[in-house]
Amino acid sequence: MKTMTIAKAINEGLRATLANDPKSFIMGEDIGSLGGVYRVTEGLKAEFGAHRVMDTPLAESGIIGTAIGMALRGHRPICEIQFDGFVFPGFNQITTQMAKIHTRSDGQLSAPVVVRIPYGGGIGSIEHHSESPEALFAHTAGLRIITPSNANDAYWMIQQAVECKDPVIFFEPKRRYWLKGEVDTENSPGDPFKAHVVREGTDATIVAYGPLVPVALAAANAAAEDGRSVEVIDLRSISPIDFDTVEASVKKTGRLIVSHEAPTFGGIGGEISARISERCFYSMEAPAIRVGGFHMPYPVARVEEHYLPDIDRMLEALDRAFAY
Amino acid sequence: MGAAQQSATGTETSGHGTNGGDALRPNPGTSAGVLNTNAVGEADMVQLLDADGNRHADATFGPYVDALDSEALRGFYRDMATVRRFDTEATALQRQGELALWVPVVGQEAAQIGSGRAMRPADYAFPTYREHGVALTRGLDLADLLKLFRGVSNGGWDPREKNFHLYTLVLAAQTLHAVGYAMGISRDLAADPTTEPAAVVAYFGDGSSSEGDVHESMVFAASYNAPVVFFCQNNYWAISVPFEVQSRVPLANRAGGYGFPGIRVDGNDVLAVYAVTQWALDHARDGHGPVLIEASTYRVGAHTTADDPTKYRMNAEEEAWKAKDPLTRLEAYLRAEGLADDAFFEQVRNDGDELAAHVRRATLALGGADIRQKFATVYAEAHPLVAEELAWFEKYEASFADADSQTSQGGAA
Ligand SMILES: Cc1ncc(C[n+]2csc(CCOP(=O)(O)OP(=O)(O)O)c2C)c(N)n1
Repeated sequence: MKTMTIAKAINEGLRATLANDPKSFIMGEDIGSLGGVYRVTEGLKAEFGAHRVMDTPLAESGIIGTAIGMALRGHRPICEIQFDGFVFPGFNQITTQMAKIHTRSDGQLSAPVVVRIPYGGGIGSIEHHSESPEALFAHTAGLRIITPSNANDAYWMIQQAVECKDPVIFFEPKRRYWLKGEVDTENSPGDPFKAHVVREGTDATIVAYGPLVPVALAAANAAAEDGRSVEVIDLRSISPIDFDTVEASVKKTGRLIVSHEAPTFGGIGGEISARISERCFYSMEAPAIRVGGFHMPYPVARVEEHYLPDIDRMLEALDRAFAY
Repeated sequence: MGAAQQSATGTETSGHGTNGGDALRPNPGTSAGVLNTNAVGEADMVQLLDADGNRHADATFGPYVDALDSEALRGFYRDMATVRRFDTEATALQRQGELALWVPVVGQEAAQIGSGRAMRPADYAFPTYREHGVALTRGLDLADLLKLFRGVSNGGWDPREKNFHLYTLVLAAQTLHAVGYAMGISRDLAADPTTEPAAVVAYFGDGSSSEGDVHESMVFAASYNAPVVFFCQNNYWAISVPFEVQSRVPLANRAGGYGFPGIRVDGNDVLAVYAVTQWALDHARDGHGPVLIEASTYRVGAHTTADDPTKYRMNAEEEAWKAKDPLTRLEAYLRAEGLADDAFFEQVRNDGDELAAHVRRATLALGGADIRQKFATVYAEAHPLVAEELAWFEKYEASFADADSQTSQGGAA
């Protein structure tokens, strides 16, 4: 076991991938000598060379589009998009091309490209640097979307993303880059598309992912002081979603809170609420409750604390669930 | 002299944005009108066989054609005539309701056959949706192209079999894939010098040249010296929008800005297209990086079977281009040189009819598609949501089967 930050864990995971798979390489803006604006790729160019850690022209569609072409030739590109808000010039390539090549070719081709995107707010940044666009990608069949919330998952999930035969969008919770945790470099936590129950409980379930997992855990601890036993699920995979794990939990607890930073409307929380309502209708004591961002562009940093779901908003949701 | 030809040679004086005070609307029927201000006319366009079928000397490109035997020259004609015949059949199939849509290629045969024939088997082509002639040169069964248009597949063939990629309806998107693929070839060569050198051809149109992806693909190609040939078929119309709206300069001129060669070629001259593409592919395969070819050609018919060109362009322009037909000019040359006789042309016609009959039979035999196959190919690896929805679908379908058997039992009783 080693203790490291999430950023370092991704860096170590990328290092292991580059060392083990000669066809793999990283491409993106400023990822070489600088090591990326968050230094996630720091030191990799020095170790593996500019050929494996490639500073590209400043062109997101170009990054994703050429990565698709290289994947078609049998290479394993790992693309870095500098910030969530800047993935959109490459959105066309991701949704109309990368996601669909397998089905369009009747299963003959695939584009196993990994797109890493630092996402989410809470870092006091300016516009286009704090967004959570995961639902836009999740709505596109053909993509897989995962997001680690801790260092151990970060280390393993990035490697598993590269091994996957399908295209994977790898959302990195940027405000947790410096969160430290233990990493077991020997034993993998298993299927990256499975949710983890990170805290057991009997009275309610909070489902969270990425940056909100620590918030959900803190809320559950606070609720315990009021005598409420709250189970917390780290979803880990946003597409596919491991509904079985959520279902088993809600059948036990009878109450479901889903939280994410992205706007509530049309979001992943609505999908989980609807599916779990279908599966667990007779076990539920209260309707599923969503705790998310508001229907507005991500607001200016000076007010983001009011936008981001925090412990109090999760506790308020729990109160509502228990009031039924 | 047709309007397009006039302006290309600089006899039309109105510059871009100055025609008749309506700055945003170019004159209809002057699709090459912009070229006058840029001093690139016919003289700056590679041509080896003129519209009357006369051979022209060219020190750089002539030798590529000199190296061809009579069989190869006849082969160009055969291919062009075949794809034209195929096109007629596909158009007929669409009119008869057997295809949802068809994208005709008539007029552009030389650009496609010339460039396609210049490729080697190890080279890889990324088409758009009109490259039926290129498909022929790659050895595809042309009937496979119709699966997309009949709505039984979004693809229709295994791209790796003939190194001919799938069609895409998202314009310009595949120019980037072409560059990435070419970058992959460079990587393979660097890792293993015994890799067969190969180049990639990225096809796109004059309209598509305005898409950002074409720009980004050229930036990437130049930055990484990728072995890619950008092959633009400038057919002067993007559906109803004339070339003036896309560019003030010949597209080949743009290559200079990216730092690689651009060649403008008479796209209705199959010999010239073949020669410049050979040159470009050699250039790319030899490690000298990308080349942009602009083939000046014309889409004689409609954009697709859903289009009506009479709404936006002049008859005179169409007639002027028909006079430059790629097949007639090669036929004139072959006959004048004694390389082909009536019997040859008769044979080509008969073979074309046979192919058309095959395509028709194959298309009508295609039958329906199975949505289960679509469930099966969304992802390369197993996916629980797809499995869940497929299971639901099977159960739902089965419920009708039960109902059907009950009613038929009821009917029998
Ligand atoms: C991204 C995108 N935008 C719009 C369209 C609709 N569309 C189909 S063909 C076409 C014109 C294309 O013109 P050009 O690139 O010159 O090719 P051509 O069809 O003339 O061969 C348009 C606008 C499309 N297919 N893709």
